Amino acid sequence: MSASDKSGTASRRTFLKGALAAGGAVAGAGAARAAGDPAITQIQPWMQELGDGVDVAPYGKPSEYEDQVIRRTVEWLTADPVSSINFTPLHDLDGIITPNGLCFERHHGGAAHIDPAEHRLMINGLVDTPLVFTMEDIMRFPRENHVYFLECAANSGMEWRGAQLNGCQFTHGMIHNVMYTGVPLRLLLNEAGIKSEGKWILPEGADAAAMTRSIPMEKALDDCLVAFKMNGEALRVEQGYPLRLVVPGWEGNMWIKWLRRIEVGDKPWHHREETSKYTDLFPDGKARRFTWEMDAKSVITSPSPQAPITHGPGPLVIKGLAWSGRGTIPRVDVTIDGGKTWAQARMSGPSLDKSMHAFYLDIKWDGQPLYLQSRAHDSTGYVQPTKQALREIRGVNSIYHNNGIQTWYVNEQGVAENVEVS
Amino acid sequence: MSKSLKLFGGAFLGTAAVLAAAANFADGTIASLPDQASRMALNAPADMDGMFIAAAQADEVPADAKLGLGREALAEEIAVWDIDVRPDGTGLPEGSGDVMTGEEIFVESCAVCHGDFGEGVGRWPVLTGGFNSLTKDRPVKTTGSYWPYLSTVYDYINRAMPFGNAQSLQPDDVYAITAYLLYMNDLVDEDFTLSRENFAGVEMPNAEGFYMDDRAETEIPVFTGEPCMEACKDTVEITMRAAVLDVTPDETAAAEAAADTAEDEAAAPESEAAPDAAPASESDGHAAIDPALVEAGEKVFKKCKACHQIGDGAKNRTGPQLNNVVGREVAAVDGFKYSKTLDAMEGVWDEEALSAFLANPKAYAKGTRMSFAGLRKPEDLAAIIAYMKAAGQ
Repeated sequence: MSASDKSGTASRRTFLKGALAAGGAVAGAGAARAAGDPAITQIQPWMQELGDGVDVAPYGKPSEYEDQVIRRTVEWLTADPVSSINFTPLHDLDGIITPNGLCFERHHGGAAHIDPAEHRLMINGLVDTPLVFTMEDIMRFPRENHVYFLECAANSGMEWRGAQLNGCQFTHGMIHNVMYTGVPLRLLLNEAGIKSEGKWILPEGADAAAMTRSIPMEKALDDCLVAFKMNGEALRVEQGYPLRLVVPGWEGNMWIKWLRRIEVGDKPWHHREETSKYTDLFPDGKARRFTWEMDAKSVITSPSPQAPITHGPGPLVIKGLAWSGRGTIPRVDVTIDGGKTWAQARMSGPSLDKSMHAFYLDIKWDGQPLYLQSRAHDSTGYVQPTKQALREIRGVNSIYHNNGIQTWYVNEQGVAENVEVS
Repeated sequence: MSKSLKLFGGAFLGTAAVLAAAANFADGTIASLPDQASRMALNAPADMDGMFIAAAQADEVPADAKLGLGREALAEEIAVWDIDVRPDGTGLPEGSGDVMTGEEIFVESCAVCHGDFGEGVGRWPVLTGGFNSLTKDRPVKTTGSYWPYLSTVYDYINRAMPFGNAQSLQPDDVYAITAYLLYMNDLVDEDFTLSRENFAGVEMPNAEGFYMDDRAETEIPVFTGEPCMEACKDTVEITMRAAVLDVTPDETAAAEAAADTAEDEAAAPESEAAPDAAPASESDGHAAIDPALVEAGEKVFKKCKACHQIGDGAKNRTGPQLNNVVGREVAAVDGFKYSKTLDAMEGVWDEEALSAFLANPKAYAKGTRMSFAGLRKPEDLAAIIAYMKAAGQ
């Protein structure tokens, strides 16, 4: 890569392609030996000229050399981008926290832009006193901070019939993991006073889809939050600004964004998103409903189809993510031979309840093909199943909750591909 | 919540608990002071043991006393927002609608996406048919074949449809559309009228097609236990490759289009409005465009965005792309299937013609498939035309 090349993206892409074409050899190293590395021997512009002043970026952005790190969409999936989904670029990220601007988006009537001064949260139904809160009211309740993953129930849903999309962004990118600041839902419900026959809640969004889901009271009183901050700053518009529900460990569709109302009732409502959608159809024509918990799951994010090996044989960092809606991830197994032999990965970073966990396996790559898989164990003892084991129970038409083991085939050049193996 | 040590969240509360306990100490040795304790923390643990456990472990607020925040919701307010309907009919408003009325509304407001017979246009949802398909290789899950309760149909149409013009239908309209969907699914006759009174009597074919999540019994035991770590299989063969299907988005194209979006998002909020198109139009010899009007028009255009795209990379959606629409020949976008009415119209969309069309589309072009009631305010018409000029060049 030429150091004087101003077009960072282009040069990075060229570099990746060049490296692949050269069979994984590192071009720059050879040049350095011949005449000294120009990155060192030549004075670079940034070594000589002044950089940006503190008034250039009142809200900071990533380096221009990172402009390939973006959410991406799969156009053919949905009828219209307003009611659609995009994907978190997991292959380009590390650690457990997803940056706010890269958190995947799913909305059903577009991302609503709401003036917080005009936003209200109503609690009504089977309560002693129906209440209306302003945002200022909500900010006066005691608040908590928690890191939780949010995974769409349809994550990996395109892979039920077999390997389909080349990239963990597309196969596993309907997930993000951020720290929420919010008020425990039970405090708000308690403020209104739940009547004894109140067994369910129906949170509702203020967007044009007026999204609703039925949630059992036990969960509502356990660990749900009404959140206004993510990773320290206000929720992003596309994540429900100014207020969203956090339903730890449960499918993302239930985390109602732009939260404007919570009704307390004695029975579930069976609304569209818990009957027509988010129900899991089995081969016998019957469907599971209320499949709320997200099963333990993991994926290797690099190497992966969008993150090939470009450095040739030798030390290689295999990195990945694991999570469970039922607890923590004490262990992840990784195989490089398609499941003949497994090794325990090294867990790194905080291990938090219902949060993503980062894992690594540091190997010396011999340049031979790899058949990479990872297998999560959660704190309940559940072990992530193979895709085939899931299909044997659920068939291929259940769309949601595909937590099967993913395989990446990496060839001698370091190019990775989404495959299934025997 | 688990009682295990959490890395986040404990520190703040722990500090509050320590301060509160210190106050309690003072209370015990010097007398008087409970007010001080309550000023420090709303709900501190009652004893010292509790305090230290709290400092080390608590990551949740123990408070459950009412704070007196918020105000009582008025009945009038609840009536506006509380629109949800349940399978037993709870929440249904007074009203009724018949199949024939439903057909008229459906053709007018729904068919543009769902098709005249609910067959679905493009990838928009199919609403009819699919009976006996749920066990097939390619199930067709429609309101008729899959939805267990009619209340769900009413509730969803009422809260979220028509797409891009939600909550614009009156109760009688929703009853009528719901009746028409039943008719199209061969569940009622054409003279059927649906009302709040007979609603609960309509049973959907797939009402018994669902059962409660049973993973705890059917899967978790199967997927629990120490797995094989060594010599787990003899051979590993690739059985399927994603590359064969080749449905992954083109990396470069997708990356560059989306990069623009990401940059917009990361920019300061003020930069969101007002497309910077005024200089271009000046150089074209037109009068300068009023940026405030363009900005107002961008807001009005939200009513159109469900079906139309405008600007760089705009594509045909439910409606044609609108680049250069001001001054464009009527029905001139390649690859878009216009109604016969628009196909037969001559002329160009000058400002006058566009104003007349957008004020009342169905009156101006009877038979247009554009499902839009029209813009009543002249200032909205002026604004949206200014916006389309600016954004579409």
